[in-house]
Amino acid sequence: MAPGAPSLGATSRRWGEKAIRAGLFGAAAISVLTTIGILVALLRETISFFGEVGIDRFLFDGEWAPLFSPSQYGIWQLINGTFLITGIACLLAIPLGLGSAIYLSEYASPRVRRVFKPVLEVLVGVPTIIFGFFALTLVTPEILQAFLGLDVQIFNALAASIVMAIMILPTIASISEDAMSAVPQGLREGAFGMGASKLQVSTRVVFPAALSGIVAACVLGISRAIGETMIVLIAAGQQPNSGINPTEPFETIAAFIAATGKGDLPTGSTEYQTIFAAGTTLFFLTLIFNAIAIRFVRKYRQVYE
Amino acid sequence: MSTPETVAAGEQAVMNLKHGPRSQRVKDRLFRVAMLSCLAIAVITLAALLIQVAVKGAGSLNWDFIQNYGSSFPENAGIRAALLGTLWLMGVCAAFIIPIGVATAIYLEEYADNTRWYNLFIEVNIQNLAAVPSIIYGILGLAFLVRGPFGMGRVVLAGGLTLALLVLPVVIIAAREAIRAVPPSIREGSMALGATQWQTIWKQVLPAAIPGIATGVILALSRAIGETAPLILVGAPIFIAFDPTGLDSAFTVLPLQAFNWISQPQPEFKELAAAAILVLMGVLLLMNAVAIWLRNRYEQKW
Repeated sequence: MAPGAPSLGATSRRWGEKAIRAGLFGAAAISVLTTIGILVALLRETISFFGEVGIDRFLFDGEWAPLFSPSQYGIWQLINGTFLITGIACLLAIPLGLGSAIYLSEYASPRVRRVFKPVLEVLVGVPTIIFGFFALTLVTPEILQAFLGLDVQIFNALAASIVMAIMILPTIASISEDAMSAVPQGLREGAFGMGASKLQVSTRVVFPAALSGIVAACVLGISRAIGETMIVLIAAGQQPNSGINPTEPFETIAAFIAATGKGDLPTGSTEYQTIFAAGTTLFFLTLIFNAIAIRFVRKYRQVYE
Repeated sequence: MSTPETVAAGEQAVMNLKHGPRSQRVKDRLFRVAMLSCLAIAVITLAALLIQVAVKGAGSLNWDFIQNYGSSFPENAGIRAALLGTLWLMGVCAAFIIPIGVATAIYLEEYADNTRWYNLFIEVNIQNLAAVPSIIYGILGLAFLVRGPFGMGRVVLAGGLTLALLVLPVVIIAAREAIRAVPPSIREGSMALGATQWQTIWKQVLPAAIPGIATGVILALSRAIGETAPLILVGAPIFIAFDPTGLDSAFTVLPLQAFNWISQPQPEFKELAAAAILVLMGVLLLMNAVAIWLRNRYEQKW
C-alpha cells in the first residue's frame, strides 16, 4: 500500500458481525449434534445390550424372539426379511422406474413431460401410511387372493414388496430422468447423425452417459425401502421369518423397532435395548448403501461443458 | 432410366434415411411402447391407490368426523384430536426449522470457507442425515426427548422437535439453493456501497431468497405432516380424547390416528382410516399447491 493512502479496511472491529457469524455457525453445528445424538443414543444402549446378551448371540442365534422366553436374539431373521422385501420391491421398481424415465426423457413430447414430471415429484412425498393401507386393504385381498388366486396369508411379504415398489418408483423415475435429461443434446445428435435409431441412442448413448445418476437414483430407492417402516408394519405381519417364501408373514428391522417401541417398555430393560440394537443395525445398513452411492457417483460422473 | 424398380429402391433408401431399416423401425416401435407402458403402469397403480382411498373414505367424511374425538364406536369416532395435534406439531416444527435451517444455509453459503475440514464435515453430515431412515429419528426422540436427559414424556414438544430434526436437512438444502441463486453482483453492489456482510445478507440476499426458502419450508412441513414411523415411538400410545392444550400435552396426529384405526380388525375402522388419510391428503395437496404457486409467483429470473 502506498504511504499516505487511506485504509480501505473496516474502521471498527465489527464485533456485531463476529457475533452473528458465531451464531450462524452454532445453528450449523446443530446438524452435527443431531448426528452425534443419534450415534450416542444408538450405541450407548447397544453396547449395554451386547454386555448383557452378547454379540455372538445377536449374530448367530437362529431366531429373533426377544419378547419370548427363552428369548433369542438372532438379528439375521430381521435382516433376511428386510432384504427379501427390499429385493422384490427393487426387482419391480427399478425396471419400471427406468422405463418411465427413458420414456419421459427421450420419447415424451415437452407437454407430456411438463405434466408428468411434477406429478412424479409430488408422488415422492405421498405419506407411506397410505401405501400400507393400500397393501392391506386392496393388494392382498383383492389383487393377490381374489384376482390372481394366490394362496397368500392376509399378512404377507409379497403385498408389502409390491406396494413398496410403487412407493420407491417415483423416486427412481424422477432422479434418473433428471440424469438422462442432463445428457447434452450434442451426444444424441452425433449418434443420430451416424444413423443410430432412437432405441440405440436411448440405450447405448444416453443410458451409459447418465449411468452415475441412474445408479444413485436406484441406491436412493433401495435405501428408502430398507428404512421403510409403515408398509411392512401394516401389511407384512410382524413375524420374524428365516425363509424366502414371500406369501408368508415377515418382519423387517424397521418394523420391529416400531412395533416394539410402541409400548411402554421400562428404560434399561433388555427388551428396550433390543430397539437400539436393531436401530444400530439399520443405521449402518443404510449408511453403507449411501456410501456406495456417493462413491459410485464420484467415480463415474461425466462432466459435460 | 426411372424404371419402377429404381423408383421403389429410391423410396426405400429415403425411408431408410428417415427411419432406419425396417427391422430397426419395428424394434424401435416396440421399445417405445415398452417404455410407455412402464410409465402407464406406474401412473395407473398410483392413481388406483389414491382412488381406492378416496372411495373407501368418502362415506365417513362429514362434519361430525372432523368434530368428534376418537372413540371405540366407529360411528362416533372422529379426528378432532388428531387434526389439532397435527397443527400443534407443525407449529413447533416450523418454529424450529425456519430459524435454524435458514441460519445454517446462510452460514454454509455466505460465510463458510469450503477448504476447511469442519465446514466440509458439516456439509457431508447434512447429506447423510437426509438419508437416515425416519424410524431412527424416532429412536433419537425416544432416547433423548421422551426419556433420558430431557425426559419430557410423550408430549407435543418431543414430537415436534423429533419431526423438526428429521426434516431440517430438507430445509437447509432448499434454503442453500435459494441463497445460491441470488447473483453475486447483488452482494458486490451492496458491499461497494459500504454495507457490512451481515447488512448485505439481511437487506439484500435474504429478501431475494425468501420465495425459494418458503417453498422449501412448506415442502419440509408437508413431509413432516405425513410421517408416522418416528411418532409411533414418540407419540401417544393410546386413544386421545381431548384437545392438546400446550407443549407438554399428550397428542396424536392424523397419520398416527389412521394407523391406529388400520390396526383394528373391524372393517368400519378401516373406512375411518381411509377418511383420515383423505383429510391428510387434502391438507398435503393444499400445501403443495401453495408451494408451487409461491414458486411460480415470486420466482425471479436474474
